[in-house]
Amino acid sequence: MRIVVNGRDMDVAEGLSVDGLLRELGVKREYTAVAVNRDITPKSAYEATMLRPGDKVEIVRPMGGGQ
Amino acid sequence: MYDTNLVLGGKDFSSRLIVGTGKYASNDIMRQAHEESGAQLVTVAVRRVSLPGSGDSILDFIDTSRYTLLPNTAGCYTADEAIRTAYLAREAGLGDMVKLEVIGDARTLFPDVQGLLEATRTLAREGFTVMPYTNDDPVVAKRLEDAGAACVMPLGAPIGSGLGIRNPYNIKIILETVSVPVIVDAGVGTASDAAIAMELGVDGVLMNTAIAGAKDPVAMARAMRLAVEAGRLAYRAGRIGKKLYATASSPLEGLPDWTS
Repeated sequence: MRIVVNGRDMDVAEGLSVDGLLRELGVKREYTAVAVNRDITPKSAYEATMLRPGDKVEIVRPMGGGQ
Repeated sequence: MYDTNLVLGGKDFSSRLIVGTGKYASNDIMRQAHEESGAQLVTVAVRRVSLPGSGDSILDFIDTSRYTLLPNTAGCYTADEAIRTAYLAREAGLGDMVKLEVIGDARTLFPDVQGLLEATRTLAREGFTVMPYTNDDPVVAKRLEDAGAACVMPLGAPIGSGLGIRNPYNIKIILETVSVPVIVDAGVGTASDAAIAMELGVDGVLMNTAIAGAKDPVAMARAMRLAVEAGRLAYRAGRIGKKLYATASSPLEGLPDWTS
């Protein structure tokens, strides 16, 4: 199925969870946050949150920045 | 001279200098600059991870047992974006403090005070320690305090401009208007700017470009540390009044008589 991750189209397996997506992408969990279709997914819900076709996923973490 | 700490969100900070993490030539220079600055609060942006997800994290260069992270909402142009960014930061484990920015104009990066007030109200209600970047308007500063801001952060000059404290009189009025800490955020170009801000009586100064963009960021970080400390001390020492004419420091009595 097609989903959009950080603005990029991706083809992933049906029934992939947020946890599975992070694993597939090799994203470190520490200081990382995930939102699916604008709603934040709590860390405790990564495994239970199944992605659906067309979902927009944002994966963020701290980056250099000032004011 | 004994001084109190800067208290924000129930945390005590003996340093009154807050520094950023952007624009450094390397993470290692950033780490050294942080060290020299003596800062205890370090602001970070929240951005999309690059994919695939391996690679350096800025947090490999910030010892979180020493520094408190202050996520910011830089780049947000609406209250909604800023609120979501604050929630993301909290979910990411960056804590409840947020340097709130709602930008109103891309060229000046001046704040959208209407969006800022709205976001401040919402986030304060949700238990965040809200530190809003605002303009040097005392009326807005008061409204932000009423909306639940933990401090107000008026700009000295536009972000990254290095123009210094352009309206010290407004900063003084803000100090008289609000009872929460006042932290000058943005505009500092060099050490004297930081000292001037502190001499006005503000509670702290936040800067990024002035350090990161200097030819020698590590040396400038130390200069800023000293300037903030010197300005604070001068403020607390109480400066003399300004007068137009001279006042002799040496007594006039006891001058030898050279007339013949």
